Amino acid sequence: MTSHHHRLSHGGRIDRDKPLKFTFNGTSLQGFHGDTLASALLANGVRVVARSLKYHRPRGVVGAGSEESNAMVKIGLGAGASPNQMATQVSLYNELDAYSLNCWPSPNFDIGAIIGVFSRFMPPGFYYKTFMWPQNAWRIYEGVIKRASGYGTAPEAPDPDRYDQINAHVDVLVIGGGPAGLSAALEAGRAGARVLIADEQNEMGGSLLSDRGLANGALATDWLKASLSELDAMDEVTVLKHATAFGYYDHNFLGIAESVSDHLLSDSNTVPRQRLWRIRANHVILATGAIERPLVFPNNDRPGVMLASAVSTYINRYAVNPAIKAVVFTNNDNAYQSALDLHRIGVHVSAVIDVRPKPIGKLAEQVRGLGITVLEGHVVVDVKGGKSVNGVTVMPLDRSGNAVVGKSHRLDCDLVAISGGWNPTVHLHCQSGGTLRYDPGTSSFIPDSVMQAMQNAGSCKGSFTLEQCLMDGRLAGAKAAREIGLRLDTSSGNNATVQSPPQEPVTPMWLVPSPKPLGLGPKQFVDLQTDTTAADIAIAVREGYESIEHIKRYTTCGMGTDQGKLGNVNAIGILANLKGTDPETIGATTYRPMYTPVPFGTVAGRSIGSLFDPVRKTSIHQWHEESGALFENVGQWKRPWYYPRPTESMQDAVYRECMATRTGVSLLDASTLGKIEIKGPDATTMLNMIYTNAWSKLEIGRCRYGLMLGEDGMLLDDGVTARLGEYHYLMHTTTGGAATVMAWLERWLQTEWRDLEVYLTSTTDHWTTISINGPDSRRVVGKLSNDIDFSNEAFPFMSIRHGTVAGVPARVFRVSFVGELSYEINVSSNHGRRIWEAVIEAGIEYGITPLGTEAMHVLRAEKGYIIVGQDTDGSVTPNDLGMDWIVSKRKKDFLGKRSLYRSDILRQDRKQMVGLLTDDPHVVLPEGGQIVDNTSAAIPVPMVGHVTSSYMSPFLKRSIALALIKGGHSIIGEKVYIPLENGKTVSAMIVDRVFYDREGARQDE
Amino acid sequence: MLLIPCPWCGPREENEFTYGGEADIVRPVEPDSLTDSEWANYLFMRKNPRGLHHEQWVHTFGCRQWFNVQRDTVTYQITATDNLR
Ligand SMILES: [Zn+2]
Repeated sequence: MTSHHHRLSHGGRIDRDKPLKFTFNGTSLQGFHGDTLASALLANGVRVVARSLKYHRPRGVVGAGSEESNAMVKIGLGAGASPNQMATQVSLYNELDAYSLNCWPSPNFDIGAIIGVFSRFMPPGFYYKTFMWPQNAWRIYEGVIKRASGYGTAPEAPDPDRYDQINAHVDVLVIGGGPAGLSAALEAGRAGARVLIADEQNEMGGSLLSDRGLANGALATDWLKASLSELDAMDEVTVLKHATAFGYYDHNFLGIAESVSDHLLSDSNTVPRQRLWRIRANHVILATGAIERPLVFPNNDRPGVMLASAVSTYINRYAVNPAIKAVVFTNNDNAYQSALDLHRIGVHVSAVIDVRPKPIGKLAEQVRGLGITVLEGHVVVDVKGGKSVNGVTVMPLDRSGNAVVGKSHRLDCDLVAISGGWNPTVHLHCQSGGTLRYDPGTSSFIPDSVMQAMQNAGSCKGSFTLEQCLMDGRLAGAKAAREIGLRLDTSSGNNATVQSPPQEPVTPMWLVPSPKPLGLGPKQFVDLQTDTTAADIAIAVREGYESIEHIKRYTTCGMGTDQGKLGNVNAIGILANLKGTDPETIGATTYRPMYTPVPFGTVAGRSIGSLFDPVRKTSIHQWHEESGALFENVGQWKRPWYYPRPTESMQDAVYRECMATRTGVSLLDASTLGKIEIKGPDATTMLNMIYTNAWSKLEIGRCRYGLMLGEDGMLLDDGVTARLGEYHYLMHTTTGGAATVMAWLERWLQTEWRDLEVYLTSTTDHWTTISINGPDSRRVVGKLSNDIDFSNEAFPFMSIRHGTVAGVPARVFRVSFVGELSYEINVSSNHGRRIWEAVIEAGIEYGITPLGTEAMHVLRAEKGYIIVGQDTDGSVTPNDLGMDWIVSKRKKDFLGKRSLYRSDILRQDRKQMVGLLTDDPHVVLPEGGQIVDNTSAAIPVPMVGHVTSSYMSPFLKRSIALALIKGGHSIIGEKVYIPLENGKTVSAMIVDRVFYDREGARQDE
Repeated sequence: MLLIPCPWCGPREENEFTYGGEADIVRPVEPDSLTDSEWANYLFMRKNPRGLHHEQWVHTFGCRQWFNVQRDTVTYQITATDNLR
């Protein structure tokens, strides 16, 4: 083949003045601007581009667009590599490096092909049958399979490229820039509509770019040029090339992935690699074209077997001479055009093999007129050659057309152009909710009903001639404009007038008859990408699978990244034949986004790294940073975790912070606690319904702890709420629960309790909350205010006072989450840091210590205080927590009340909150550790609970834990066991969960 | 992604909203008088129609108002909204 010139000396849409260098598997090659990687490879005589997934058979380019299922490559190496690209969709650029998939060390010599030898042992359902038992063996199989299969490897480092996203709102969105789409865009644009037309190719034009036969060549390209410049002159029209509409979602929302610089070699990061368009359209016109259907016959996967339309595209658009000797194998008129194209560039066409007994169409006549043999009523029964086709075996069909008879003979060729008819590209139509029907006239599935404001135009709705496509587009554009209330301009327009020759109908042939019984001859591939054969489908049917959706999953037919664009309809037809029914009855499989693979980077856009999620910081954050704090994420908040001194470990720091709180004084930034101001005459009524306890008698200036339940009786949130006035409360929520609680209250007020007059305002960010804890805290706060009396008599536990602290207005709460004498100073966030520093200043003489969340958690666990979301998980009631004391018995109603005495909630073996003390005081249990009560029980050992919180308590000088254990409240004092990951088992005793100051004397003093 | 007509703000993208499930579930006036199964019926049982569905939405990232929507679960077409006033 090397002596053969694969590039035509003239013609095509490549720019011979712009040569491009690229490599394929390390070999330097040359192409031109305007080439795709596939056309450039063919122009360099490269036949084997990849190996197939399952059998590692050599594979070449089969198509010329997004239907390609063989020529999958990886572009580039390293972090920026793109695995899993179709060579037919990659625009060639200078210094592009492409690599084959599924082969090592090269596609021509592939060790994995040995697997092909064992292919008889890999029937459909192979994975299901072989690897599901014994259970443990999967791990061994998995490694082997993963190495031997898959579509390339993922990059190992973060993607260095930039991706953009844009929202667009348009009147009319046209998908597809072929004759139908362009006509539609022109018509709608002329009426003044805001139009966006997108096409996945590097040029607008679709079939006009490569099909010389339908119109006369000059007309097609002239019209294309004029149309594009007319569109260009319209202010409200956007033309997007390199832009694939990958998904059609609800309410005319579509996603388009636009390649901005994929095809440019650019080291600078100034332009994004791809841009995601999120488009909302009033009206959508799908002009997505059609994909030629392959024929299924023995060894139809050999490199050199190519779709007839692709052959014409490579010749006409890319000036590639793909062969020396060719045959065309078809069941319709269309493919004769490829015979004409091949003949024109000097390729010897050995024969056109037509399954139809008497093809008499105009194109067939033209072919016969050139002296090309037309083998009527014949089929290809084998393809010869391994890495490249070198001949075919043909046989006549009998009169039924369903079997071969007579003698076979061989034809030499290095190219087999095949056509089994056309499949309208209905993917987006189906994604939008549209239905399909089987059209016997074209033997294809075409759009039936539509669900959204959209139309199909051109060959995607089964209009297969240029004449029809242009007319379809015009009508669709006009209808769209009318529907959105625009008046049509009928005066202007360079409307093409074309007369397409009438075509003889296609004769459907899902599986080409072969002299050998199904499964005994060479493989007849239905889906090239997943290596599914006709025999596989027969096996699936024999094993009892009926639905096409089940057969798809069992055989993996259509499960590749191409989603079976080439193979699916043949699979449906073959199944129909096997079951003695028709394709209409079988029905099509579900089409799902993405139409072609979209990089994760495009979907993520700029929402990566620090832009992935907002970060919330308190007004004191800077001080925490300056003081060496490490931070913990709580929801979106950054909270100081602990403040290590230079030589301290985490354990040292937490120890010091805990001891300071218990024996001296500490301060904690509690600003992140949720705060909701509640006002209105019915505020008390609402609180009575929201919380489990009673609120009517709470005095102004006092606080109360409350539990909030869902209607299912499960704990939702907790916190302290203060009464600031007759009709005014301040509710505290957990840090993570603030938004949920706000939404919960709003929901009830707006829907069920519309008669209540209550107003809610979230004030979390408005206040900085500084919690001062420990026996010395009263002395510290006393220095900061001269208008608040901090004595126990004047300012008792669970009350609030207003005054000034360090000169600024403040609300001070006497509440505690750590079980010591504590005050919470709330000041405007604008003063936050200054007041924090004033507190430290005042506390220096008492050794005041900043307290992080870790030590705070230890201290609250010593007190047995729960953290909602850590110790509870949405399946815990107040009773389970042993907190029935906070559930009012006298209130007639509150949210969740009725659920508290559903029979299941009253069960005594529910998991209940208890404390755990390990027998070895040095062992700290892992949180989440599963608890068993009998270590000698048979596997699987019944689990009786799990550890929810666990710490080393500096003050108690031993480990402590909280746990939820079945029936825990009634088995205090009993032993349980916690098996660890390392195989050891820790024994512990169930105890009351309050480990420190059970009487609460310290916080009350 | 749905385009939801908020009665207060006009048509907005679905990701500004939170779904609230079936509309017109009335909380029993006297829960204590209900049997377990009656209460469970209020708590858990929801319609799942093929066709028109009355449902609640809240414009979380907008006006924060709850409203009712009548939506076809087959076509996803929104045929009516009610601002609850
Ligand atoms: Zn709104």
